[in-house]
Amino acid sequence: MATAFSVPKFAAQPFNPISPTSQQKPLIFPTAASPFLGSTRKLLHLSSSSQLNLRRRSSGSVFAVSDIVKEKKSTSIPSLLITKEEGLELYEDMVLGRAFEDMCAQMYYRGKMFGFVHLYNGQEAISTGFIKLLKQQDSVVSTYRDHVHALSKGVPARAVMSELFGKTTGCCRGQGGSMHMFSSEHNLIGGFAFIGEGIPVATGAAFSSKYRREVLKEADCDHVTLAFFGDGTCNNGQFFECLNMAALWKLPIVFVVENNLWAIGMSHLRATSDPQIYKKGPAFGMPGVHVDGMDVLKVREVAKEAIARARRGEGPTLVECETYRFRGHSLADPDELRDPTEKAHYAARDPITALKKYLIENNLSGEAELKAIDKKIDELLEDAVEFADESPLPPRSQLLENVFADPKGFGIGPDGRYRCEDPKFTEGTAHV
Amino acid sequence: MLGVVRQKMLGQSLPKIRPAVSVLRSYSSAAKQMTVRDALNSALDEEMSADPKVFLMGEEVGEYQGAYKISKGLLEKYGPERVRDTPITEAGFAGIGVGAAYYGLKPVVEFMTFNFSMQAIDHIINSAAKSNYMSAGQMSVPIVFRGPNGAAAGVGAQHSQCYAAWYASCPGLKVLTPYSSEDARGLLKAAIRDPDPVVFLENELLYGESFPVSDEVLDSSFCLPIGKAKIERVGRDVTITAFSRMVGHALKAAEILEKDGIDAEVINLRSIRPLDRSTINASVRKTNRLVTVEEGFPQHGVGAEICASVVEESFAYLDAPVERIAGADIPMPYAANLERLAVPQVEDIVRAAKRACYRSVPLAAAA
Repeated sequence: MATAFSVPKFAAQPFNPISPTSQQKPLIFPTAASPFLGSTRKLLHLSSSSQLNLRRRSSGSVFAVSDIVKEKKSTSIPSLLITKEEGLELYEDMVLGRAFEDMCAQMYYRGKMFGFVHLYNGQEAISTGFIKLLKQQDSVVSTYRDHVHALSKGVPARAVMSELFGKTTGCCRGQGGSMHMFSSEHNLIGGFAFIGEGIPVATGAAFSSKYRREVLKEADCDHVTLAFFGDGTCNNGQFFECLNMAALWKLPIVFVVENNLWAIGMSHLRATSDPQIYKKGPAFGMPGVHVDGMDVLKVREVAKEAIARARRGEGPTLVECETYRFRGHSLADPDELRDPTEKAHYAARDPITALKKYLIENNLSGEAELKAIDKKIDELLEDAVEFADESPLPPRSQLLENVFADPKGFGIGPDGRYRCEDPKFTEGTAHV
Repeated sequence: MLGVVRQKMLGQSLPKIRPAVSVLRSYSSAAKQMTVRDALNSALDEEMSADPKVFLMGEEVGEYQGAYKISKGLLEKYGPERVRDTPITEAGFAGIGVGAAYYGLKPVVEFMTFNFSMQAIDHIINSAAKSNYMSAGQMSVPIVFRGPNGAAAGVGAQHSQCYAAWYASCPGLKVLTPYSSEDARGLLKAAIRDPDPVVFLENELLYGESFPVSDEVLDSSFCLPIGKAKIERVGRDVTITAFSRMVGHALKAAEILEKDGIDAEVINLRSIRPLDRSTINASVRKTNRLVTVEEGFPQHGVGAEICASVVEESFAYLDAPVERIAGADIPMPYAANLERLAVPQVEDIVRAAKRACYRSVPLAAAA
């Protein structure tokens, strides 16, 4: 496709992240960009007050953040966006995500994994860019494409792989599967199969954080929630309902749209009256940001600000990340409808290759060190697969467990026993 | 939202149901084989060509040729106005379908699986099912909601629920559950022609299965009556009722039981609402024993309704307590061995039938 933003058959209007109406006066920037700013699109320039825009509240601040980064580069001595440690952490996390998903594909075709498996190849920059900035107590809610979100949040690869194999050592003891990853230790609260389903749940998690701070007076509770979902979800009613409530109640949440342009075989442009999702944020009174989701550093810059905003109590942000999935919707999807040119365009913008290039060119790391990380991840995954293979299947007794937290009703008392077994329980008006 | 399971993988793993018929097939020229998928596709095709008011709406029904390829070729034939790809908005497009039906169009709304119909259930029940009553007959809603229902293979708790019992408890709705290709063709055509809202529950694992179809079934005016069950196998000793995929299991169980001297009568319910109580009761009055089989949750399930109906109408004829086989009372687990334990298997039906015939067998399967 000729246009830089290669969406096939989108001839009607050029896709600009900045709509002409919201653009401030153009600035003359030197066009020499760092080679890592991988977008081939010529971005419109923002005014120098663009950095302030990030902090400006609610009123329709809509912009492409890559320009913030560009501006940082040209107004000061070239300062790097990350330190070496951070760079290596990001690299390792993205490589783990990629290698894990590739291993999943292998295992699926060998019959070790079954059911629906949705892989995240190509979108790693978003998971790494956002989740690596979180604390353990911050929550992440995802969709069925959740393996890499789980890994980035800290769920061990062994636990995720065992879960996918349906073994009792999995993070949900084999009861959830690929689409339902939960970990209360790492505050990963799903893993939902229905799109849009995770958004109200995430909004609720954010609500609980605010509630604990204000009603239960836990002053240090500033936990933030991230909700990850795709472009198809942005046409679903639950999305809009939650944008409204999150903004209304100023909840500490970031809505992260992983816009990979396709919902199974339905192109985003065929399904959406206004495809620019980030514009829907200001309609509800929160900032809407568009960012190049194939560039982990840009994503990280935006994520830093959005998460900081939420932590400060300023409310939600809607972040639209333009990204692409290199594989089909799931391992059973023949993926016939996507244009090969489009796929090639995005394959050239592979976030891992881009980060690698950045690290090397800015002397933050060398080939050898990065290769060592690659090798380490390969070994980690082989260990995970071996572990999952050798783990036992769930025992029959596990079948009927966990239907209720307390099957006898009335709940569990502070001493850990069923309330109905406590003789004092019936001293009030309750009857067992 | 939902991945497409390779139907070839599953189709090959499911054995053919009637070996006797397939032997005959090689000598007779009449019985053709047709997969359920082709049956549904041909039914949709014929109804859409017969009546321009019929249109298909749903996720991936057009360019993707259907998430399970049921609507393959229809976009090419009828164009995007009549085969509409929708955004992922079940509540929205189900409601749009109902509104269109109020004004005489005949929408066929596809849910990628019936689990997603929960996002639209308000429209199915409140705007479709209840409208004819609330408007005292002014609004008729000739809509069909169709899609795969029930458990597939390894798809987890949120993709495996059976909705037959929920929808069948609602007055104003008709609920159909085809099993074979003949059922699929006949019942879908009947559903599309019906002036009332119909919930058409297919089964993903049946799509790839082939069944013999006679020339009568292939005729474009072929239609099956709604509310009539089919006796798939005549017997004398015990009545086994089933619907959808469980009919196949019941037939296999009947073959096993035959070797043990128990002659089972297998009823393919076809229609859950209205339930063919007269056929079931007539059968129980003949055999005096009943085993109901379903895939869904046990409490308030289809089997419970059948038990109640038989106890109310044919209590004196029962020689044994009614045996009810259903899915386990849990959300569907993902692990393969747990999933097998959570869905009725052929052995469960055999054991229950033997218990109903007072042959001593242990109550539960060994691990």
